[in-house]
Amino acid sequence: MSDTAQAMPTANDTAYDVLSYRSDFPILSEQIYDKPLIFLDNAASAQKPQQVIDAVRYVYEHEYANVHRGVHYMSEKATEAYEGARVKVQRFINAAHDHEVIFTRNATEAVNMVAGTYGRRFLEPGDEIIISVMEHHANIVPWQMLRDEKGLVLKAVPVTDDGEFLLEDFKKLLTPRTKLVAITHTSNVLGTITPVAEIARLAHDAGAKVLFDGSQAAVHSVVDVQAIDCDFYVFTGHKLYGPSGVGVLYGKEELLNAMPPYLGGGEMISTVTLAESTWAELPNKFEAGTPMIAQAIGLGAAIDYVSAIGMDRIAAHEQDVLGYATQKLTSIPGLKIFGTAPSKAAVISFSMENIHPHDIATIIDRAGVACRAGHHCAQPLMDRMGVPAMTRASFGLYNTRADADALVEALEFTQEFLG
Amino acid sequence: MLDDLRELYQEVILDHGKSPRNFRDVEDATAHAHGANPLCGDQLVVYLKLDDGKRIEDVSFVGKGCAISVASASMMTELVKGRTVDEAKAMFERFHEMCTGEDNGDDSTLLEDDLEKLNVLSGVRAFPVRVKCATLPWHTLNAAIDGKDEATTEA
Repeated sequence: MSDTAQAMPTANDTAYDVLSYRSDFPILSEQIYDKPLIFLDNAASAQKPQQVIDAVRYVYEHEYANVHRGVHYMSEKATEAYEGARVKVQRFINAAHDHEVIFTRNATEAVNMVAGTYGRRFLEPGDEIIISVMEHHANIVPWQMLRDEKGLVLKAVPVTDDGEFLLEDFKKLLTPRTKLVAITHTSNVLGTITPVAEIARLAHDAGAKVLFDGSQAAVHSVVDVQAIDCDFYVFTGHKLYGPSGVGVLYGKEELLNAMPPYLGGGEMISTVTLAESTWAELPNKFEAGTPMIAQAIGLGAAIDYVSAIGMDRIAAHEQDVLGYATQKLTSIPGLKIFGTAPSKAAVISFSMENIHPHDIATIIDRAGVACRAGHHCAQPLMDRMGVPAMTRASFGLYNTRADADALVEALEFTQEFLG
Repeated sequence: MLDDLRELYQEVILDHGKSPRNFRDVEDATAHAHGANPLCGDQLVVYLKLDDGKRIEDVSFVGKGCAISVASASMMTELVKGRTVDEAKAMFERFHEMCTGEDNGDDSTLLEDDLEKLNVLSGVRAFPVRVKCATLPWHTLNAAIDGKDEATTEA
């Protein structure tokens, strides 16, 4: 009885129809070198469903004008759609208010915004910032620049050989001088999912603010900024099946209000005289100039798309493919996977004995398999793992076990070819 | 697919890639330069020993890279050893043209044997993103000749 009951699908547990989702992405029907495209470079940027392409096209065909300015029909429509996208982002990450969502160019700009406003205003010489060794350069370089400008101390939390975040070491790095903790929510190389709620709690106990880089996490998991209790959260649209050119900075209202603006110009002001200016309310204070209107609306469409499938179901599907691919890859002699933390997203970085990642990527490309090779904008992590570069296969909502099989076959061919 | 790949990864390239020649440092080097490809993280150092007549008495390299860049560096050391710096520079220029498809067909400055070796490497032209792998060692040699410490493929 119980067995039968468990096998019965419930409303939330209908089969994950990956073939149907695949058909939403026109580019997946492309042939490259006369072979079907096997796209496994999603961590760099994901492909776009027709729904997003249509949404962007619809803006330009039916409701485009500048936002927040005109009193005319088109401006009102565009503003409504643009602000509607903000509300979609708010719900997607469960922010308390829509004005806590700032549209940026990408995650990189969002981190720079925090460094350039919060960091510049509130950090003093000798204050400390903590990052980790597995950060993307976007969450390293802005802090190094701020450190050099303000005379700060920058520390990095180490990871285990498996790529696990060392919480105990993090605790030891926290001091009364720690003012900011900026850590990835999910590593773009190792896939490691960090214990964000615990990190936030420890950081807050030490009196520090905390920023999480959710560029990968927002794609592979359900994000709830209130449950995590982070002060800042950043991610980018193009990895979430949305257009490039739009990202998000989430910040707690009180912090965003206390921070000075980032860029000065139109849209971010309340009044301007030749003598001085006053700032607009949130979120406009941080959105100087004409924003990325169509891209933000496209991101809203992407959020609608993944939400209709369900982020939890996408995550479960990707975990299945991840488990399958990991097992298959492990069977290849001389192949080493970097990042085997128990809690990890669908990203597999690896090396193969005596074969450089660039040679791997070139050869499997000719078999139709798109993977990234290089340092993945994480050179300190490459140093930690003792390699100059890795090959990375990263999976998205449309990837299948068959894609993993194609990868494995292409890698076996590579070994044979370079013999 | 295989034709392009075999054109790029010819036996001689695989051989040099696996067993690079002159893969060592030169203790009494008169010049050296560090080369980096910021796109992939590949790095190498080229050592150079010039005699009084600006002839390359010894040349070597160390570093990490893909089969293409290691083979290119290895073959480069074989090609330029014993040549004058002007001859080496002319060879680089010609090789660069071959790799980027701007080949003007003027082989007057090169020996036939040299040309054949360079030709092996120029299969890279079918793989535009890999051209820098093949040219990085040469850029680095060029920098060493010019007395510069650093070379990158972004220059």
